[in-house]
Amino acid sequence: MKSMWQRAGTMGAAWAAWAVSRPALAEYAVNLQPPASRVAQDVFQLHNLIMLVVLGIFVVVFGTMFYSLLKHRKSLGHQAANFHENTTVEIIWTVIPFIILMGMAYPAAKVVIDMKDTSNPDMTVKITGYQWKWGYDYLNDGISFYSSLATPRDQIEGAAAKDEHYLLEVDEPMVVPIGKRVRLLITANDVIHSWWMPAFGVKQDAIPGFIRDTWFKADKIGTYRGQCAELCGKDHGFMPIVVNVVSEEDYKAWVAKKKGAASTAAADNGKAFDVAELVARGEKVFSANCAACHQANGMGLPGTFPALNGSKVATGPLAGHLQVVLNGRPGTAMAAFGKQLSDADIAAVVTYERNAWNNKMGDAAQPADVAAARGAATEAAAPAAQ
Amino acid sequence: MSDAAHAHGHDDHGHHAHPTGMMRWLTTTNHKDIGTLYLWFALIMLFSAGTMALLIRAELFQPGLQLVHPDFFNQLTTMHGLIMIFGAIMPAFTGFANWQVPLMIGAPDMAFPRMNNWSFWLLPVAGLMLFSSFLLPGGAVAGGWTMYPPLFIQGGISYDLTILAVHIMGLSSIMGSINIITTILNMRAPGLTLMKMPLFVWTWLITAYLLIATMPVLAGSVTMLLTDRNFGTHFFNAAGGGDPVMFQHIFWFFGHPEVYILILPAFGIVSQIIPTFARKPLFGYASMVYATASIAILSFIVWAHHMFAVGLPAAAQLFFMFSTMLIAVPTGVKVFNWVATMWKGSMTFETPMLFAIAFVCLFTIGGFSGLVLAIAPVDIQLQDTYYVVAHFHYVLVSGALFSIFGGIYFWLPKWTGHMYDETLGKWHFWLSVIGMNILFFPMHFLGLAGMPRRIPDYALQFTEFNQIATVGAFIFGFSQLIFLVVVLKAIKGGARAADRVWEGAEGLEWTVPSPAPYHTFETAPVLK
Repeated sequence: MKSMWQRAGTMGAAWAAWAVSRPALAEYAVNLQPPASRVAQDVFQLHNLIMLVVLGIFVVVFGTMFYSLLKHRKSLGHQAANFHENTTVEIIWTVIPFIILMGMAYPAAKVVIDMKDTSNPDMTVKITGYQWKWGYDYLNDGISFYSSLATPRDQIEGAAAKDEHYLLEVDEPMVVPIGKRVRLLITANDVIHSWWMPAFGVKQDAIPGFIRDTWFKADKIGTYRGQCAELCGKDHGFMPIVVNVVSEEDYKAWVAKKKGAASTAAADNGKAFDVAELVARGEKVFSANCAACHQANGMGLPGTFPALNGSKVATGPLAGHLQVVLNGRPGTAMAAFGKQLSDADIAAVVTYERNAWNNKMGDAAQPADVAAARGAATEAAAPAAQ
Repeated sequence: MSDAAHAHGHDDHGHHAHPTGMMRWLTTTNHKDIGTLYLWFALIMLFSAGTMALLIRAELFQPGLQLVHPDFFNQLTTMHGLIMIFGAIMPAFTGFANWQVPLMIGAPDMAFPRMNNWSFWLLPVAGLMLFSSFLLPGGAVAGGWTMYPPLFIQGGISYDLTILAVHIMGLSSIMGSINIITTILNMRAPGLTLMKMPLFVWTWLITAYLLIATMPVLAGSVTMLLTDRNFGTHFFNAAGGGDPVMFQHIFWFFGHPEVYILILPAFGIVSQIIPTFARKPLFGYASMVYATASIAILSFIVWAHHMFAVGLPAAAQLFFMFSTMLIAVPTGVKVFNWVATMWKGSMTFETPMLFAIAFVCLFTIGGFSGLVLAIAPVDIQLQDTYYVVAHFHYVLVSGALFSIFGGIYFWLPKWTGHMYDETLGKWHFWLSVIGMNILFFPMHFLGLAGMPRRIPDYALQFTEFNQIATVGAFIFGFSQLIFLVVVLKAIKGGARAADRVWEGAEGLEWTVPSPAPYHTFETAPVLK
């Protein structure tokens, strides 16, 4: 018995030492994140105002109740009174809360109207939610890219130490210039997601088949982090949002860099590669886009996500394999990657899937095959539309 | 009148050939037996879904994935929600209605005793369907208890099974409600006018109307999911001319009144307990009835406050914000009335009263966070975060569940004929109230700081509050075993309960013997 208590004591002390020695991550935040836009600032103040009112009411009402609990007890010999209604009092405590509520409703309504006003933007970005990443299309600058979780798998599984921005880091952050009114057109490709940036006071559900708009104007340079806020399936917790707010010059430099990268990618679509090149490139594409469901070992998750290792599609005719990757499987979690990936990337990932694990098919898809498959799909769809 | 009840109390088992053992419970049409069945069913569901909650909290003790896979995590959160709402809280209140409504209005039984049997026995079928879905390929539903398409369209066979289970539970609720309304409107003792009914009966009457109005809406919305999934319709698919957001409108048209279905009977129970232990009549009886009715009516015009982030037009946001804020007025009236009932009373603090006081105080915290969430711009920041999780658990755990605990302690002596163990009852209360606050209060801060709900893993700055919450969860969860012990002890034996168990108790149920005989009020009592 004694040794058990001693052991418990030692463990407790060890735990306490560990808790105290933790790095300065422990920011015991007890309010909304520091705002970085006017709307977020308004929301912050609105919340503080309501909290003050609510705390005041709480203290008055429960002060009265606890006074009563202390004084009006049988053990102190308090005799029960017999009153059970009082019209005046009842009218007063119906009217006063109503007036307090009107006092809250007025400033809240002003913020609602401000948040909904998406007119006169300086630039427009279309944001698309995918299972499980975000796509950004800069409509004014002609830039498009995808943004996925950058935290390595071994940090999530506890095989490596977690870095500072664990789960809140992406490979390609959204970049916007400071002080510009950015209009967001938000939609989704598969299920409902929600684009949420707490520091800007923006949260807008991304609804497949519909475009909803909202806006923000960031007024501080910095890196801001948020997450998808609508349950969207298995990896809902793993699709963060990062926005870099930069100066006007830095933004222009970033746009130029992105355009250069896009033309390199376009050039790849016209090339032919050997199998080894395609497999090496395809492995990267696979781990960024496919491994979340089909798993890095190609075994999928039985009953939910099919295995690719030995699958009929990956070891069947090349044309059928390309069709599934390009057009997806409607009604399932298998997305149509035709719109998301370039010809070269699709060729690479299909070649990888046909040659990885036990799928020793030895064949390869070239970017030209992908372009042809896209053409075939368009021709097949055209007569149906008439 | 109580003499008539007494005379029957002792030989009532003689004049019917009652089946015994399992057949007694399967074939029973007695409101007390069926009430008992509902309450045991609810308790089993509470422990099952509570175990799921402990698994969720254990996974969230640290950042990273330790115990469960993300897909299984989503199954746990979804099933925890569905089972707690449809399996634990709602059946528990129906159990109270079955036991107490006939006793409180002086009726011999429910109006439709055979339908009563049927509405209970549908529930274990639905429960079994939900639990068995864990064993199906792909596991149980993982799309959230709100079942939003298109995510819900993607799932496997268990999603269809869950839709059918929801249909069956809805059927059970509708039949139960028809029974309760008919009983209350037609079977009251002579002289017991509507405005003399105990408040618990009033709240259940209004709740039953809410159920009849909204359960068909839920059934319609999940049927549309079923046909979208299996028969090629496109109600919620934009590619076929449908709209995923339409599901949310229909679902929450059911879903918000459902919130009050889960809390109005709790108001009723607390309104029975507080006057008893304050030894003073309920303050503002008439305004309590009107407040309950206004809350019920308002609950039909606030649904879109669950959807502020879908991008409603400004006019709709303003309308739903104002209508939601308005609900604070009748709710406030109720809280003020409870406090005024305690004021200048002669209070004692037995376990039912402790739970009732905790209810008033902690439910109000849930009400205040509800008011914060009613403010559309603030809600847009907090929607789908842990702030919302904190809010609805304050309303449903320290609200609905605490009122259920209070009600059980309050009426258990009447049902079993034995006093419960007061010392253990107090341990159960204090551990529950402390554990519950350690569990849910930090979630407000997590939500404000930006932690989304329904995620199996989180960023490092959320670690401390999650650890505190998990510690609270285990204190709260394991202290419910004390409750089980108290109930079992009171069934087996203990000090004999008087007919009028509590000094300040008023009402017809206290005029019959303890334990209440199998048949009561075969001759209606007369009220002067």
